[in-house]
Amino acid sequence: MPQIFHSSTNTLARASIVLAAIAPLGLMMALSAMSRTYFVRLNVPVQQPVPFSHEHHSNELGIACQYCHVSVEKAGNAGLPPTHTCMSCHSQIWTNSPLLEPVRESYRSQTPLKWNKVWDLPDFVYFNHSIHVNKGIPCQHCHGNINQMQITYKSVHHSMAWCLDCHRAPEKYIRPREEVYSFDYNLHAAIERYADEHAKATGKKLEQIPRNQVEFGQLLVQDANINKKQLSDCWICHR
Amino acid sequence: MKRMKTAYTAGLALLGLVLASGCHRDMYDQPKYEPYDQSTFFTDQKADRQPVTGTVARGQLALDDAFYRGAVNGKPVPNIPPAALARFANTRDMLRRGQAQYNTFCQPCHGESGYGNGMIAQRGLSQRRQVPTYHSPRLRDIEDGHFYDVITNGFGVMYPYSSRIAPEDRWAVVAYIRALQLSQNARPSDMPAEARQRLLRGENPNVAPGAAATTGTTSTNE
Repeated sequence: MPQIFHSSTNTLARASIVLAAIAPLGLMMALSAMSRTYFVRLNVPVQQPVPFSHEHHSNELGIACQYCHVSVEKAGNAGLPPTHTCMSCHSQIWTNSPLLEPVRESYRSQTPLKWNKVWDLPDFVYFNHSIHVNKGIPCQHCHGNINQMQITYKSVHHSMAWCLDCHRAPEKYIRPREEVYSFDYNLHAAIERYADEHAKATGKKLEQIPRNQVEFGQLLVQDANINKKQLSDCWICHR
Repeated sequence: MKRMKTAYTAGLALLGLVLASGCHRDMYDQPKYEPYDQSTFFTDQKADRQPVTGTVARGQLALDDAFYRGAVNGKPVPNIPPAALARFANTRDMLRRGQAQYNTFCQPCHGESGYGNGMIAQRGLSQRRQVPTYHSPRLRDIEDGHFYDVITNGFGVMYPYSSRIAPEDRWAVVAYIRALQLSQNARPSDMPAEARQRLLRGENPNVAPGAAATTGTTSTNE
């Protein structure tokens, strides 16, 4: 019977010690790079037929999200504005801008603009905007600081782990209902307002003023009738 | 020895196949339409279909002229119809809803207090056409139905908002516009007697002595 191990095995054995130390790190870096760019295209602006700027319309002009995303409180889909919505202002403003020619052409010919999708969930996930917004999950939590994006890009990776993080503990991110559209949310001002309104409505002071997001969140989860137990059931998102 | 090697290679190939089979995306991109999808089937390429002309959805038969059109026999109704009030638990809820809708859809041009100085007006609209203020005698005396009609069908360069604001919300906006008008045109006699007394004594009229401070909505005056 020949020798089982060749003499080069010694070198391999030494190399494997070094590799074993580096491999996990390398694997982690490769996975994170892939999850950021190749698969989910995180932080990569998506080119559109019209260079629409959320930063200009939302941040600078202060137009509310729902002005264009009309169905966000009522339906699963937040609603992409028809050209009619763009033209409610742009029939009067920037009427000569060449950048807006596709919009005017779309309105003249009654053919929709073809926007490119930025957020695309797998088809086996049934996300509903209205329930999230109405229960107090802010736009900002899923869409990041979209109000500061010149060209819209994905800034949050909507992985299943990320969904579950909130579904298991919504108190970490929930806000009072009237603060969901806010991009400069002030937790302590919101707590103060909440305590004020509680005192006014019930005539009693809060037993304990919440000191942080989680304590405040627990009150809000209760107020919004969120059944945390069923929130991580499969059927909540997969039908 | 050689057999072992073949078995080893075959095993590896099989493992590779099993792993690669996890990479197909047909569950991610199912052959179904999502909202706003492009269709290859319909000639207008829209996956979202329009209901057949003349279709009326349950509960949406718009027979009540006063409620749905703000006018009876072509004449604007003078007051908000009771059917609109009935859609809200109380008038306070209605005003709150109206405020939220107003600040979303009207405020960009008409301004937060209704002086016609919203951001869009300031950013160029008023150079072409002055956005009217609500605080003119003409608009103070006009029928409630007029505002409803303007929201529904547009007016001048203003586009119709009927696709964006539901009928009961339009009436809530009308109520809020009336509240704005009152806020800029109130007389001391409109105040409750005790609040007026507090004002005359130089105290804050909104705060009853000893009570918790109420945060009244303050509107920015010109």
